[in-house]
Amino acid sequence: MAFEPVIGLEVHAQLLTESKIFCGCSTRFGEAPNHNTCPVCMGFPGVLPVLNKKVVEFAIRAGLATHCEIARYSQWARKNYFYPDLPKGYQISQYELPLCRNGFIEIETGGAKKKIRLTRIHMEEDAGKNIHEARGDFSLVDLNRTGVPLVEIVSEPDMRSAEEASAYLKSLRAILQYLEVCDGNMEEGSFRCDANVSVRPAGSSEFGTKVEIKNMNSFKAVEKAIAHEIERQIATLSEGGKLVQETRLWDAEREVTRSMRSKEAAHDYRYFPDPDLLPLVVDDKWIGEIQASLPELPEARKARFIAEYNLPPYDAELLTSRRDVADYFERAVKTHANPKALSNWVMGDLFRVIKERRLDNALRIADWPVPPEYLAAMVKMIDEGKISGKIAKNVFEQMLERSEPPEKIVRDQGLEQVSDVSGIEKAIAEVLTANAQQAADYRAGNEKIFGFLVGQVMKATRGKANPQVVNEVLKKKLETT
Amino acid sequence: MKITREEVRRVALLARLQLTPEEEELLTGQLDAILSYMETLDRPDTEKVEPLAHAVDLVNAFREDRVVHEPQAEELLANAPAKENSFFKVPKIIE
Repeated sequence: MAFEPVIGLEVHAQLLTESKIFCGCSTRFGEAPNHNTCPVCMGFPGVLPVLNKKVVEFAIRAGLATHCEIARYSQWARKNYFYPDLPKGYQISQYELPLCRNGFIEIETGGAKKKIRLTRIHMEEDAGKNIHEARGDFSLVDLNRTGVPLVEIVSEPDMRSAEEASAYLKSLRAILQYLEVCDGNMEEGSFRCDANVSVRPAGSSEFGTKVEIKNMNSFKAVEKAIAHEIERQIATLSEGGKLVQETRLWDAEREVTRSMRSKEAAHDYRYFPDPDLLPLVVDDKWIGEIQASLPELPEARKARFIAEYNLPPYDAELLTSRRDVADYFERAVKTHANPKALSNWVMGDLFRVIKERRLDNALRIADWPVPPEYLAAMVKMIDEGKISGKIAKNVFEQMLERSEPPEKIVRDQGLEQVSDVSGIEKAIAEVLTANAQQAADYRAGNEKIFGFLVGQVMKATRGKANPQVVNEVLKKKLETT
Repeated sequence: MKITREEVRRVALLARLQLTPEEEELLTGQLDAILSYMETLDRPDTEKVEPLAHAVDLVNAFREDRVVHEPQAEELLANAPAKENSFFKVPKIIE
């Protein structure tokens, strides 16, 4: 029997505010344990939470960018459960009246576009961190993360493959990064994803038994974990087995999901409105201001790159996956209008350096290894025949090392391409004398040897000769003498 | 009966309360009386009334996004039953 996977994702994204959601503690990562805490986020008796306005603004940004309806009236709820990283014994979240509802994100897989609907986006506070000591019988608790603002973004079960899930996640992350509301770092946990996965007979409209997968710390892990879980469920059903509704953890080392011991009494969070916080009312004026401040988003920018710069969809997708890269590219194009050549340099050499230097860990690359104006100036020199593409590779490396403009590097080191015929003729004459046998072979009909002779001329000119001119002149020389 | 002994046990478990059989019985009776009294609220017709989000007739109390913080981890940890290097120390958590 053929099965169809059904996947929905829940994403928790940390918002890039300076202070926590309900108190003035810093959200900075990497401080000493319990340094960023106060009586409010530690849940001491008698304290009152006060809402950080920026959190609402950021959540509205996320909602508008994903085509959600923004609730004019929403409220806060307590989600009750006991865990050592949750000092109050409840998490302040939103339940019945979330801030954003009924949105969608457009994804593209294998050239086909598809809308993935969003059920809701709501705000909540993050929990602390438990550190499990391998030795000994205890765990350690650090509450620095307690109260860091989150948005939880819940999709409808609209995805049908691990590939679609991954595309959704990447689009969502790019949108949040463009909005500068989340840095999207999965490894550090500022962008986290849980997946609900089930399978059903193809063509059926009922849902199968759903399994929640947790502990996926990278895009790769999400894709692999979902693919594995789909296989596991199909295998179980094909053998006549039954699935249980449960939570499973992804084991990245062994590449399997394993059952998490189900918490006793299952989930019974006994939500109720939080009496410590007033209802939240958002008016049209505020929403309008936020709408007006939204940047051009990845999907729109990609379409524009294809239309305006005539780039292949692949290039446009890659260049617009990060706002800073897209900005870089456009600055370069402004200096020298050869979009495809610039795109090749950005996607090839520049991306390699960014990866090597791990610059993409930052939400925005502030110091580019090579300024866009330099890269553009270099491409311009290639286009004008001043340097060859091969020499350009060398110039690029030197720009990395010395942060000097390409014109200076080329001038200082005499790397200009030699296009004047007399200089090239001289080099050719020398090469033909030194390789008389090969020249004779060519004349005798061995045309393959031509490439070798071109190589020798290029070598003699230290790569500076214009290859086109070398080709023409050498051919003429060989045929006339 | 508005509440069963089974439900009392479940609620006690969720609240991490350990009850003796005598306490279970006592509380079942008391909670039943409370819930019966609460039924008074069923009398008015609330068909066209929105659920109440908050008892106070106010909305929107915001603070600006500014860090206001004095490090006080030591004081905050002073009441912890166990600690280690400014961490809280708790019995081992098994997922």
